[in-house]
Amino acid sequence: MAVELPFEKPLVELRSKIEELKTFTEEKGIDVSSEVAELERKAQELMETIYKNLTPWQKVQIARHPERPTTLDYIQGICDDFVELHGDRSFRDDPAVVGGIARFDGYPITVVGTQKGKGTKDNLYRNFGMAHPEGYRKALRLMKQAEKFRRPLLCFVDTAGAYPGLGAEERGQGEAIARNIIEMAALRIPIVVVVTGEGGSGGALGLGVGDRVLMLEHAWYSVIAPESAATILWKDPALGQKAADVMRITAEDLHRFGIIDEILAEPFGGAQRNHAQMIATVKEAVARSFRDLMAIDYGALPDRRFDKYRRIGVYGEGMQ
Amino acid sequence: MLKDLFPKKKRYATISPPSTARDKSLEGIMNKCKRCGEILLSKELEKHLKTCPNCGYHFTMTAQERIAVTFDEGSFQAFTDSLVTENPLEFPDYLEKVEKAQSLTGMEEGVLSGIGTIAGYKAVAAVMDASFIMGSMGSVVGERLTRAVEQALDRRVPMIIFSVSGGARMQEGIFSLMQMAKVSAVLARLAARGGLYISVLTNPTTGGVTASFAMQGDLNLSEPGAIIGFAGRRVIEPMIRQKLPDEFQTSEFVLEHGMLDQVVHRKDMKSLLATVLSLHERGGRG
Repeated sequence: MAVELPFEKPLVELRSKIEELKTFTEEKGIDVSSEVAELERKAQELMETIYKNLTPWQKVQIARHPERPTTLDYIQGICDDFVELHGDRSFRDDPAVVGGIARFDGYPITVVGTQKGKGTKDNLYRNFGMAHPEGYRKALRLMKQAEKFRRPLLCFVDTAGAYPGLGAEERGQGEAIARNIIEMAALRIPIVVVVTGEGGSGGALGLGVGDRVLMLEHAWYSVIAPESAATILWKDPALGQKAADVMRITAEDLHRFGIIDEILAEPFGGAQRNHAQMIATVKEAVARSFRDLMAIDYGALPDRRFDKYRRIGVYGEGMQ
Repeated sequence: MLKDLFPKKKRYATISPPSTARDKSLEGIMNKCKRCGEILLSKELEKHLKTCPNCGYHFTMTAQERIAVTFDEGSFQAFTDSLVTENPLEFPDYLEKVEKAQSLTGMEEGVLSGIGTIAGYKAVAAVMDASFIMGSMGSVVGERLTRAVEQALDRRVPMIIFSVSGGARMQEGIFSLMQMAKVSAVLARLAARGGLYISVLTNPTTGGVTASFAMQGDLNLSEPGAIIGFAGRRVIEPMIRQKLPDEFQTSEFVLEHGMLDQVVHRKDMKSLLATVLSLHERGGRG
């Protein structure tokens, strides 16, 4: 375990104790194998206890784990012949959003997604996966191109949110997201969205309108990041944990609410522990989703998508 | 859809006297301009459509006031519904907050909608109200906006949305976020059928409302000095560690950066809307 999360500490301590005992055995030649076995059994138990009872806040930490697969890992893992395409054709190329064309399950698709970095340098380059307006506009350009060539569209969402900055506001962050949302609602091609880590607010929805929305087991998706919610609600960003509890941001909550269509199971302990397994799960679910959607007349998809979103909302309706 | 209308009750056809419970600045007959400090008589302020005759500052209007100054007298028929806000997240104290807003504003929720004429041209309008939990958008606001756009679709009448909003309503979490997608989806349908949609962004329009329907108009209009943006100044300043200029995110700033078609003084808004509607007569006059 290279990067440990705070709640994994007891497990890490237990593991190091086991290692100590093993070393002790080797050095002194005293047999403590029964003790080691007992501790290993305990470690396994502890792992089960921790990972089967993750709190929303613990899931947020897993969703942000620096070793989770990124959008490019998924693209390279599930597609062949990926050709990355750059630029919004009006301002610049935003490295926080990647996209291109590729072969998936034997047919061509367009794929776009927010891209977090690996390590500090790459994260600075990727702006920690927080897109500027030109990122959303690049994505839209590729979406419209997908529609032109009748290619299904696959979107990966993993962002804390759209970048809040001066340049972003000057260039119309709100307009860029707004345009993507309304255009995605009208695209005459199948759209599958996978929320792989963080689904932060409008920044996520700007790539997140689809016919099928899939979400990884430990991902979060909300109107606002927990820390920001805590800042607004209780004027204290340190209360992110409390906000995570009340905001109902887990895949389980969203599936129960009918906001997402399917939860994709993660490897035990999180996607970061087994990339290959996670990528295989994503590939299978996306392939199955596209198979269903590609059987539908593409011209009918916007109306179906409208019906799907038209139903979302919880309110009472009393007597007139 | 006659049952959806108030054919006889012309509730919103006249400027209602501002209730003191709602707007402390209008208590009594004297008002102080928030920008230049000029003391204004209520009557004078009303005459100038709640703008300062001295410096042009635009005071916030309630939804009812906005309807009264925009639509021809007696023409506006409100759409009625019986939508009731619920608490899907079981968010602590949320419904109490809603009840408080209801008693403070006399409104059921943060948006009014209906149909009327502007200089004789028919339009469906949805008008948000800043005094109802900062004009935030929850499920009821999203549903009402959607239904209003559906009315515009059914009647083949242009749609106007007057926005004023702090953005999403946090207490409704993901449902609030998804209202952005819902309203956008119905506006996409209106666009696909050639319907005109005019968005008027009033002070302030921010967050998820800016990042959805407020920026999706065939025309995006605003009033002078309105704050329009996605992320707020208080979020951006610590992020970039510098102070933002005063004009940041004003409607003039947003116009200059190409996101608005015009910034229009309130006294000219009605005639501009009428002109635009007259230029879209095929889709405009039912």
